[in-house]
Amino acid sequence: MDLSYGPEYDDFRQEVRSFIAKHKHLAPAQQGVRSPRVKEWQQLLIQHGYAARTIPTEYGGYGAEPDILKGRIIGEEFAAGQVSTGLSGQGISMLVPTLLELGSEAQKQEFIRPTLTGEFVWCQGYSEPNAGSDLASLRTSAVLDGDDWVINGSKIWTSTAHLADWMFCLVRTEPDAPKHQGISFLLLRMDTPGIEIRPLVDMTMQPNFNEVFFTDVRVPKEQIVGHRGEGWRVANAVLGHERESLGDPNASLSRLNRLIHLMQTETVDGARPMDNPALRDRLMKFQARVMAMRFNDLRILSARLNGADAGLARMITKLQATELRHELEGFAIDVMGEFGLLYGKHPHVRDQGSWQNQYMYFLGLIIGGGTSQIQKNIISERGLGMPREPKAIVKAEA
Amino acid sequence: MEFGLSEEQTLLQETINRFLDDNAKLDRVRKYADDAEDVGADIWAGLAELGVAALLVPEAHGGIGLKTLDAAVVAECLGAHVAPAPFLTTAVLAVTALRTAGDTAQQAQWLPRIADGSLRIGAALAEACGARGAAGVTAANGKLAGTSLFALDADADMFLVADGERRLHIVARGAAGLGVNPLPHVDRTQRMAELTFDSTPAELLPGSADGEACRAVIDVGRVVQAADTLGAAQNMLDQAVDYAKQREQFNRVIASFQAVKHLCAEMAAAIEPSRALVWYAAHALDEVPEEGRLTACHVKAHLAETGEFVARTATVVHGGMGFTDLLGLHYWFKRIGFNRQTLGGPERVREEAARVQGFA
Ligand SMILES: Cc1cc2nc3c(=O)[nH]c(=O)nc-3n(C[C@H](O)[C@H](O)[C@H](O)COP(=O)(O)OP(=O)(O)OC[C@H]3O[C@@H](n4cnc5c(N)ncnc54)[C@H](O)[C@@H]3O)c2cc1C
Repeated sequence: MDLSYGPEYDDFRQEVRSFIAKHKHLAPAQQGVRSPRVKEWQQLLIQHGYAARTIPTEYGGYGAEPDILKGRIIGEEFAAGQVSTGLSGQGISMLVPTLLELGSEAQKQEFIRPTLTGEFVWCQGYSEPNAGSDLASLRTSAVLDGDDWVINGSKIWTSTAHLADWMFCLVRTEPDAPKHQGISFLLLRMDTPGIEIRPLVDMTMQPNFNEVFFTDVRVPKEQIVGHRGEGWRVANAVLGHERESLGDPNASLSRLNRLIHLMQTETVDGARPMDNPALRDRLMKFQARVMAMRFNDLRILSARLNGADAGLARMITKLQATELRHELEGFAIDVMGEFGLLYGKHPHVRDQGSWQNQYMYFLGLIIGGGTSQIQKNIISERGLGMPREPKAIVKAEA
Repeated sequence: MEFGLSEEQTLLQETINRFLDDNAKLDRVRKYADDAEDVGADIWAGLAELGVAALLVPEAHGGIGLKTLDAAVVAECLGAHVAPAPFLTTAVLAVTALRTAGDTAQQAQWLPRIADGSLRIGAALAEACGARGAAGVTAANGKLAGTSLFALDADADMFLVADGERRLHIVARGAAGLGVNPLPHVDRTQRMAELTFDSTPAELLPGSADGEACRAVIDVGRVVQAADTLGAAQNMLDQAVDYAKQREQFNRVIASFQAVKHLCAEMAAAIEPSRALVWYAAHALDEVPEEGRLTACHVKAHLAETGEFVARTATVVHGGMGFTDLLGLHYWFKRIGFNRQTLGGPERVREEAARVQGFA
């Protein structure tokens, strides 16, 4: 057990800290993908190697050697300073790593830089009305016609489709192949004729996701990533990234600390929630769980540093981290009682209504990116070696 | 940066597990539990030969001078095997007490004998973790009076006793006025006794006057006991998965039923972060002292909860067989239950965690 990062990393941490101290005033307070301030901040971060750090300079990144600990220090310091780490979103977190791994040189040249700078905003078109957990049964089709793919079908739950310039999506190109081998990974512009976007309001009452309909949408044939029929493999290279990014234990810790503050400042019948032993006990339970997840994360980090796979410790994070956050946010609402119900703009609203918002948002994350049940299938099958789910689903006769 | 066990610790784990695989099989544990044969002494002698008794004893006193994380590694193995062994009491609690509060003469007198396995010291600390009813010990002029209700290791040669002011004393088993009344309880792999004192001569550990040493002893004990629960829980999960893979119902192995798979996944999901917490809490006691007490409280309570969940769930996966004495799964269930209550139950310990942070 050695939790120090070593002296060379102390210097690096100092560098990051002084960057933050010097430039903090330029950091955007809010995330909006289209705001010029966000884009300028992103540029500044890339220049200094705090965003797009390991992406080669020829594609618009900073070009540093991969160094897991430096990446982590940046994350820790930006979180501690409560400054934005720049643009995020599915383009940067999912598409860029995929292109780096499996894209053609031309695709890397064309797409990575504008994605990093925020010029191209992406959405992810995977799920369909009949293909959710069983994603590989998706039906939206693409047929090669001359130099174009012609797409027909529809996608659903597409987050930020209404804001996006581009979509990376999965389509069926080989209808006669077995279901996992008939899928291709395509990139397309959202203003292509034949695309219709209908917003879907989610339970937070925001139109965060959408339905997207395709009618004879023509996409140049070179906008395929990987070969025909390889889309499942391409997509899975990225799903791993997505799952890892859903379980940030430092975010849980800062929410827990905020909750402690609430419990020390609100009052009920003149007493602080912290003075109520039942609430205090629940708080302590959460604190232990947050700690356990942070150390689990360190264990995974340490395995990665050694080029090893943390196995079960890694497989359980999406399940545990999203459930923990949802419950933690819900507990804060219990602490506040009726105040916890307030939502919207009013002087009585606590923390901008973030507790309700995150309580619901994390329920979405329990479902999105592979539901908790799907996670349990994965843990039991790949982690514990139990039999796979039966492949063929027999529908009960009517 | 290395979060995990070192090569030496992995080797230690393998060595202890191999020894226990051979010497603490369930049929031998049963003999101990049934009072049929004192396999406990024999197992402890073997463990002592492997250096387990000497683990935390400083080298100057014939020990190995290892740390809490090493002790946690051993405890995990013991919990996994539900092994009867006075490791927690003698090798952890008593050694820590002598190291932190004993004078040089006391250390020189007892530590080498602990290290070579010839001295067993039980621990009467229950009242320092929460005195039930009228139980409690008072000390005056080198004599103890009163009762300590739930002393750990009824078979010990001596006892470490906390008085009402959390000062620590050592009392010999044969001391005048000492009553050792074994208590029947569910976990037959660990023996517990009520101690009564009537002008019983005792040796004060002089460094324990302010009560801090007693707290430090309890901190280490909680972490090591949590590791014992971790081992027991992991073993129950392993047994459940193995059983599910071979038991057939409806012409299928029950491991192919999703309800069963999900129960097992939930156990794994509870255990993995618990393991990281055990490792960290053990590490923190020695290396991050400002966090040591808080993480010791949290690991004790958290493993109590993980353990309870796994103990119930793994039993359910075994169906009726899980409920029988035949299979013996209940030894793990009870060990986890024992570890949950002793040295502070989860609510009490969480309250301490809140107090440590000034929340209560
Ligand atoms: C907030 C949010 C954002 C999203 N963003 C996007 C996006 O940007 N792009 C995109 O493509 N998709 C997105 N999704 C879709 C998401 O990936 C799917 O909702 C998810 O995969 C589940 O699919 P489903 O909704 O069709 O539910 P279903 O698959 O119909 O599941 C319904 C229930 O059945 C259970 N179930 C299904 N199969 C099994 C099984 N084999 N074993 C056990 N239980 C099972 C599920 O766990 C669930 O409880 C988003 C979803 C949410 C909630």
